[in-house]
Order: sequence, then C-alpha cells, then structure tokens
Amino acid sequence: MLVYVLCLTMFFVGLYGLITKKNLLKIIISFIIMDNSLNLFFIVVGYRKDGIFPIFLKTHSTTQPMVDPVPQALVLTSIVIGLSVTILMVAIALRIYEKHKTFDITEIKNLKG
Amino acid sequence: MIITFFVILPLLGVFINSLLGRFVKNFSEIFINIVNFLLVVLSFVSLFYINTSENITLVYQVGGWVIPYGITLVMDSLTVFMLLLVNVVGFFVGIYSISYMKSYTESWGFYSLFELMIAGMNGVIISGDLFNIFVFLEIASISSYALVAYGIGKDELEASFKYIILGSISTGLILLGIVLTYSYTSTLNLADIAKTIEFDRSFILKIILFLFIIGFSVKAAVVPFHWWLPDAHPSAPAPISAMLSGVLIKTLGIYLIVRFIFNVFPKNQEILNIIFYLGILSMIIGVILALYQWDYKRLLAYHSISQVGYMLLGIGLGSPTGIVGGMFHMLNHSIFKSLLFLTSGALEYNFYTRDLKKYCCVNKIMPNTTFSAVVGSLSIAGVPPFNGFWSKLLIIVACIETKNILAAIVAVAVSVLTLASFLKVLKYGFYSIEDNTKFSENKKEVPFPMQFSMLSLAILCIILGILLYPNINDLLLSKIKSTIYEGSLYYKTILK
Repeated sequence: MLVYVLCLTMFFVGLYGLITKKNLLKIIISFIIMDNSLNLFFIVVGYRKDGIFPIFLKTHSTTQPMVDPVPQALVLTSIVIGLSVTILMVAIALRIYEKHKTFDITEIKNLKG
Repeated sequence: MIITFFVILPLLGVFINSLLGRFVKNFSEIFINIVNFLLVVLSFVSLFYINTSENITLVYQVGGWVIPYGITLVMDSLTVFMLLLVNVVGFFVGIYSISYMKSYTESWGFYSLFELMIAGMNGVIISGDLFNIFVFLEIASISSYALVAYGIGKDELEASFKYIILGSISTGLILLGIVLTYSYTSTLNLADIAKTIEFDRSFILKIILFLFIIGFSVKAAVVPFHWWLPDAHPSAPAPISAMLSGVLIKTLGIYLIVRFIFNVFPKNQEILNIIFYLGILSMIIGVILALYQWDYKRLLAYHSISQVGYMLLGIGLGSPTGIVGGMFHMLNHSIFKSLLFLTSGALEYNFYTRDLKKYCCVNKIMPNTTFSAVVGSLSIAGVPPFNGFWSKLLIIVACIETKNILAAIVAVAVSVLTLASFLKVLKYGFYSIEDNTKFSENKKEVPFPMQFSMLSLAILCIILGILLYPNINDLLLSKIKSTIYEGSLYYKTILK
C-alpha cells in the first residue's frame, strides 16, 4: 500500500512543479518526474508478491504466482513516448533560449489575452 | 481488412515522404495528396459498407488473437462518421497547402508531420483498445506540438511550449486513468471493460471517469482548461490551424468523451450534468472573449471554444435529439471552422498581416475568398439555409424538450453574439471601403489550389443541411444516434 501512495505522491510532486515553476528547465524536469512516476505505478500494479518472471519453464512449480507481463510491455511503449515528448520540449526550450537569452518564463510573454 | 488501411496508408506515406521528399522536387505535394485522396475514397467505401452489410460493426483483431487479448480495431457508425470528417477536411487542407506552404522552407517536413497527425487521429478513431488509444493520441499530439512551432518565431515557440505543458498534463491524467482502469478490471479492451463494469456503481469508477474527462477536456479546450488554444491555434501555419481547430480538438477531445461516457462506462447522470454545465460555460466565455479580438485568427480560435460548448451542451443533455444535434454540429463545425481558418490564411498570404483593421477592399481583389468567408461566417452564426443553423436548431429543440429553457435562451443569445462578432469580421476584413491604394496595388486573388479548397468547403457548408432530410438521415445520423444512445450495444456486438 505504501508503494502506491509513494508513486501517487511522486505524480503530484511532478504536477505541482509543472504548474508552479518559472524556469523552463525545471518545468521539463517536473515533466520527467511525473512521467516516470506513472511508469513506476504501472509496473507496481503488475507486481505479485513472491512472483516469478512470466515464462513457463519445466523447473517452475505451477502453484507459484507470476508477475503480470502486460504492464511491463506497455511501460516500454510509454517510456519511449515520454522520451520523445521530453526531446521535443528540450529542443523548443533551446530555441526559446536562442531568441530570448533566458529560461525565465516571466520574461517570455509576448502572447496575451 | 479495410480498417487497418486507415493507419497503414498514412504511416507508409510518412515513411516514403521522409525518405524521398528531401531529394525529389515537388514529390511531397503530389504524393501526400494522393494518399489523402485514397483515404477519402476508403472512408466513403466504409460508409457504403456499413449501409449495405447485415452487421454494421466490423471488428478486426491484429495478429489473430482472441478478443480480450491483443489489439482490437472496431468500425461502427460513429467511427465511420469521424473517419469521414477527418479525412475529408484533411484532403482539402492538403490541397490548400500546395500553394500556401511555398512561402516556407522544407515543405517535406511539414507534409510528414501533417500526415503523421492524420495517422494518429485515424488510429484514435478506429482502435478499440485503451492503451492503443493512448499511443495514437500521443502520436497526433506530438506532431501537432511540432507543427505549432513550425514557423520558429518567438510567438510560435512560446505557444508551442505552453501547448506541450498543458498537453503533457492531460496525457499524464489519461495515463493515470488507464493504469487505474487496468488495475481495477484487469483488461484493456474497451468492450471487455464495458462488460466487466456494466452494473458497477463503485466510487473508484467515478474517479477514473473524472480523470478521463479532465484529460480529454484539456484536449478539447473546454473552458477551465482553454487558455492554450488561443495561443497555439493562431501561431501554426493556416492549414494546420484549420486541422487543429477543425478536426484535432474534436477527435482527441469530444469523440473520446462521447465514446467513454456512453459506450464504455455505465450511464451516469452526474457526469452528464458536469458535461452540460461545462458546455454552457464554454459557450458564454468563449464568445465574450472573442468579441473584442482584432487578430482574425485569434478571434476564430476563441470561437472554437464557444462552438465546442454547443457540442458538449447537446451531448450533456443525454436525449436522442441532443446527441444527434451535438454530433451534427461537430461535423458542421469542422467544415466551416476549417473554411474560415483557410480564408484567414489566404488574407495573410496576400497581405502579410492578421490585424482586421489594416485590410482594405478585399472584396474587390479576392472575390472568391470573400464569398467563402461570407458563407463560413453565416454558417457559424446559424443563419437559416446554411448547415450551422440546422445543428443549432436541433440542439435548441433538444434543450426545450428536456425542459432546460434557460439553456435554450443562452444558446440563442450566444448565436446572436457570434453573428455580431462575424459581422465585424466581414465589415472590417472584407468589405472595408477605406481607400488605400498603396496597400492594395499589385495584389490579386490567391492561387488556384487555395481557391479550390475554400470553394469546395463553402459548397459543403451550403448543402450539408441535407443530411437531416428523412431518407438521407438513415444513412448516417440515425445510426450514430442508436450507437451512442443504446450504449451497451457496443460491447454486445463486439463480444458476441
């Protein structure tokens, strides 16, 4: 139970950072924290106590529980998606730095209303 | 088999275009438009299919797995409706970009991202699997983030960064919802989830549905989460603004909301009420913010928020008439809003400005563009012969049927305010009589492909009201009504 609560805490830490931080790089780091907390949560959901890896072998007894393989497969996809979003964010942040010479979003506000 | 081509074709197009488009001159323009045309043909074939075959739902299992496992692709009437909407608008926008994108460098990159966005949207529409929806949603979103920043100016980059932040919050919430759904039901297949939780009224399901609704509302720019849209949509190149406002917010937002509320999760009056009030809020705030804009594209973007409110209002009523009205308005809005964004692109192409006060004598220089803009404005304001009128009428009738007189009055008032705002556009933007020969000399009508797209969409605006006519009604709209309104039919036909 504690693990789930920790994952969700990490999620909300990331969300908090994403909404309140003023520096582009800190915003990107918050996004990475949020994304990874979700991946961790997905893996934890698939975990079974004393579970073994999900492959049928002759040496394994049939009574032993196996961990759920589906979340592991999905998390791989989710990590790749998170990586591509992060790369796009960093690329755009670098371009913004070239134009404005700053990472502070309080100084980058041409668009209003 | 026909289902898979909606994703395979555009993805293949992206691949070939990225390989060859850089080296062969004019390759991207021709090739991508051929792919888009094939997609339109396929959409009409699938419309023909669901009207002739006995079972109107087509299911395809990728890799031949049995149904709760593997990836399921589903085609029912709602899917066909959305596919038609996305691919027809995408086709006209693709033709328009042939001339418009000449002013940018490296147009092959633009076409690759554009086709990737269409692949993502088609994927969201046809997939019947929760995680697959998430993957395609991210494909469509990431390519739209990149397209908003395509001009690489100060404003574009800032708008794109805002859009990415909001978009990643929304996809984070959606992924959290998916994880919770999986841990609660141990399945990711939409039909299987619907079967498992049909009679379940537990609290955790309400939290999950709430997470999904917030995530999709951010994508649809419903009012508390709307502030990325007026920055992001005007910053993109005009064809992309047309795609984003016309199709993307509906596919990733409203279509998924409808699918989840009615087909997957058990019917829940509280959630419908939330949707209803969100709709009313969006309508009012969107139109009020639009009234005092002088930037043409920004004004159109605020009207998108307001019109999304109409669709949510119709859907939130939960009655059959309201649902048909909401979905029909979605179709109409995608046509006339992309038309209006294309006209704004034509003005920007000729005069290099988006400020309405600076235009003069546009109606004499560009008669065809002016004609399309007039048709689009009258449609969005809901003036009788045009398509916007019929869908708004359906929504208002549905409000009165379910005894929400106040909502009906608000809908009429917002319609009047929309008309006022577009009269301003026509007065200052197109029929401005201020004589400024320096401004207008050496200008002529935009190139033929741009005129072709705008005039075709304008003709669609005029004739689409025919879809409500009794016999033609059976072709699509009444099928959608039964698909959405009798929600549990969805899993029963798929799992049978």
